[in-house]
Amino acid sequence: MEKGQWAAKFKINAYAWLLLLPSLIFLILFTFYPVIKTLIFSFYQADLSTPEPLFNGIDNYRRMLGDEVFWKVLKNNLWITLGTVPTSMALALMMALYANKLLRVKSLIRTAFFYPTVIPMIAIANIWLFIYTPEYGALSHFLHWFGLEHLNWLGNQELVTWAMIIMIIWKEAGYFMIFYLAGLQNISQELYESASLDGAKSWTVFSRITFPLLMPTTLFVMVIAVTNSFKLVDHLVIMTQGGPDNASNLLLYYIYQTAFSFWDQGMASALTVVMVLILVVIAAFQFLFLDKKIHYN
Amino acid sequence: MQRRVENIAMFGLACLWTFPLIWAFWTAFRPREMATSWELTPDFTLNNFVHVWNGAPFAQYYLNTLIIVTGILAVQLVTATLAAYVFAKVRFWGRDILFILFLVQIIVPADVLLFPNYNVLGDLSLLDTKLGIMMPYFASALGIFLLRQTFKTFPSELEEAARMEGCSWWQMLWKIYVPLARPTYIAFGLVSVSYHWNNFMWPLIVTNSVENRPLTVGLAIFATSFETGAQWAEVSAATVMVILPLLLAFLLFQRQFLNSFIHSGIK
Amino acid sequence: MRFLKSVLVIILSMVLLAGCSAAKPAANVQNNEGKAEEKVELTFYYPVAVGGPLTKTIDGMAAEFMKENPNIAVKPVYTGSYADTTTKVQAGVQGKNPPDIAIVQSTELYSLLDMDAILPLDDLIAQDGGDEFIKDFYPGFLENSQVDGKTYSIPFQRSTIVLYYNKDAFKEVGLDPAKPPKNWDELVDYAKKLNKDGRTGVEIPTTGFAYWLFQAFALENGKNLMSADGKEVYFDTPENVEALQLWIDLAKRDKVMPEGVIDWATVPSNFIAGKTAMMYHTTGNLTNVKTNAKFDFGVAYLPAKKNFGSPTGGGNFYLFKGIDEKKQKAAWKFIKFMTEPERTAQWSIDTGYVAARKSAYETEKMKNYISEFPAAAVARDQLEFAKAELSTHNNGRVTKALSDALQAAITGQTAPAEALKKAQQEAEKALATFNK
Repeated sequence: MEKGQWAAKFKINAYAWLLLLPSLIFLILFTFYPVIKTLIFSFYQADLSTPEPLFNGIDNYRRMLGDEVFWKVLKNNLWITLGTVPTSMALALMMALYANKLLRVKSLIRTAFFYPTVIPMIAIANIWLFIYTPEYGALSHFLHWFGLEHLNWLGNQELVTWAMIIMIIWKEAGYFMIFYLAGLQNISQELYESASLDGAKSWTVFSRITFPLLMPTTLFVMVIAVTNSFKLVDHLVIMTQGGPDNASNLLLYYIYQTAFSFWDQGMASALTVVMVLILVVIAAFQFLFLDKKIHYN
Repeated sequence: MQRRVENIAMFGLACLWTFPLIWAFWTAFRPREMATSWELTPDFTLNNFVHVWNGAPFAQYYLNTLIIVTGILAVQLVTATLAAYVFAKVRFWGRDILFILFLVQIIVPADVLLFPNYNVLGDLSLLDTKLGIMMPYFASALGIFLLRQTFKTFPSELEEAARMEGCSWWQMLWKIYVPLARPTYIAFGLVSVSYHWNNFMWPLIVTNSVENRPLTVGLAIFATSFETGAQWAEVSAATVMVILPLLLAFLLFQRQFLNSFIHSGIK
Repeated sequence: MRFLKSVLVIILSMVLLAGCSAAKPAANVQNNEGKAEEKVELTFYYPVAVGGPLTKTIDGMAAEFMKENPNIAVKPVYTGSYADTTTKVQAGVQGKNPPDIAIVQSTELYSLLDMDAILPLDDLIAQDGGDEFIKDFYPGFLENSQVDGKTYSIPFQRSTIVLYYNKDAFKEVGLDPAKPPKNWDELVDYAKKLNKDGRTGVEIPTTGFAYWLFQAFALENGKNLMSADGKEVYFDTPENVEALQLWIDLAKRDKVMPEGVIDWATVPSNFIAGKTAMMYHTTGNLTNVKTNAKFDFGVAYLPAKKNFGSPTGGGNFYLFKGIDEKKQKAAWKFIKFMTEPERTAQWSIDTGYVAARKSAYETEKMKNYISEFPAAAVARDQLEFAKAELSTHNNGRVTKALSDALQAAITGQTAPAEALKKAQQEAEKALATFNK
């Protein structure tokens, strides 16, 4: 009898693992193996002057810490995150609150907010490049109408950050709106009804009911938004190549440059390790804070 | 009063949001030499599109993107369904640890592993192939996660009833689970398609030849090739051509699009 | 047992699914090998810095070549801008999947050598062409091709920087349209006169090719930016600081050039639209300006300081390692075909690039063209003062260090001397391992 049980258990285990196998193979091949290999490779010198990789301990990391561009791209990433995440989330919430009601006109407005999500970042970069171009760009024309001087948006170290922030907010807000719309669907109408019976003002309703109940959504969107702000770099290829003087350069694009333009493969690996660490820290934040708050319902 | 202010503000915001799209379309249809002036003359032309179509193999790019996107989705659906079923319904050794390991892919997506994955693909001799572009995405932790959540909500009586009827497990999966989880499949499908239609960095470094180059990479190469002077009208026309299919699909099916996003449990 | 079987079926079909798509390229390879006995196939990566219909020109040239040589199939692959093409080619080399032939910037010589990626061409030259062939190329262009007495690349679409100026604007402000600025002082002086509302005096692009434009000023003020062996750079000399200060003064003090970084691609648009009276740009732009400018324009040597000067620029043919002798011969045939005097002359007329061979200027075609459009000869004549484009080991890093420093100074973040000093240090770090 016991033998039969064991056999049955073995069978179940075998077939569970067999069904998982296809996913597992690709996961190992393109997530786990590369991460481990990158970690190992980050302790090697492998660039144009070393035909065969040479073990050099933490040399890459030491060079990285002394590399001004590395700190600059980290700082830029931070600014992009700070500049885009709160604003686009606030806009997303506003949009969702407004578009939640199912009127015809409002669904049109909802469309207007959401469509940037389905456009490739490369296409967005082309369009916005032409908006920001001095003399001919849309923004120049607008400023000209108001009698203002045109500004060299992408050619100035401070302005370029703002230009990127505005573009990314435009791209992301509609996407985040969707999550808030989903969150709003989950709030029971009864709560609102009893609140209106009590004669609560709309601001009170928002701050006492809507906002607290949307908290899990807010935290979730925040994690997505922060992660995205590290992943979005396609536009740099078209718009600035990270310039002027790395003012718009971001970590992932710097990895791309280090790997495929400088061919400093050891350094590219070390930078990739930093990137992975950052993403893991964000995920840990989600695991520690988010999951607890989300489990209330 | 408050309502009116709100309406005006949101309407203004919506106009602001649509402006870049209108600007791109407007420029795309303007004669080349008028693209940079803002005089409202009634001059419109299709020449830019003709130039773009003749100047770069966009038909091939469309086909490539189509193959890549459907290829990824097809494999993802199979792998994700099997894995999600196991995670949702089967108790087996190592399940919880394995599930957490799967979620690592959501945290560290293939996109940030550009450089190591390039080397993996090189070792597999799959550089500059469509299969190479697709492969890192064949297993989707997001898909597995979403489907698992959905499958979990199906009562176990379903399975027992199916057993009584003499269904094998895969018949049950195919005939009961898959149809019941249709909204999740649609939602995941939309997310996957729009993600891979728009993906850029990975195909950029993996592809060389026109036969494998997707639309986004083709567009970027087209747009940066004008080193002797920006050709706004033509670049806008190319941009419009690239965004149009997905944009049209979205406008036509926007209710399903938005609803499936909203109800799919992506929350 | 039944379910195990079905699992197997599913797994098998998955493998097959992957197998199917994988089978395609494999099948191709077999085909290639099958045909290889009678036909040699060559992949050829090329950038077209001038965009659009010129891809058709190259494809057309390749088609013509195949008609003449039915046993060789050339597959031209358009790989985007110079930078894109460099990345593609180098990625191919690192991924053990290089093209057979490519046109890459002449400056990638050391990088490609460090990757052990390219073939010396001396044997091929000796077998077919000889001294007569190689000596026909302008020595200025060959500087970036030769190292340690070996030749590694053949010049193809080559350029120098020239000054384009709007003759109508000159007349309007009382300048003689036959006398463009000859030196830096006149440049500043003229730019001030030409500057007015809605039109800048001069524009020097500072995005992608900032280092190249700057090199011109360095050469005019005495010395090139690097040593001939590509192991040393001279960024922070007082002469270079003076040159960079001139750029900044043009924008900030004299206000005759836009402030901030100026985009390479919009400068010609500005010139053609009359929004700038003078521009520094590649001669590769000549035909574009000629076709589109609605005013009378002139082309001149870059204004001198101590002497005239400009770096050469553009792309060369390279042959990649790992191809057999048969392929090498076929590829050489193709390179020779593409650089025939008649064809080079036509290419030069179509684009504005300098025909890389002296004999191209002896052809009827070219003689006629120059007699009716003398501006076409300016870039070639300037070659007398031209030097090799910035090219070192670890080229990507060194070039970026300089470009970053230039942009930092232009955007007012760092003083010129300090910026160039930083670039020098960065570059020395990048070159340190090559100087052991």
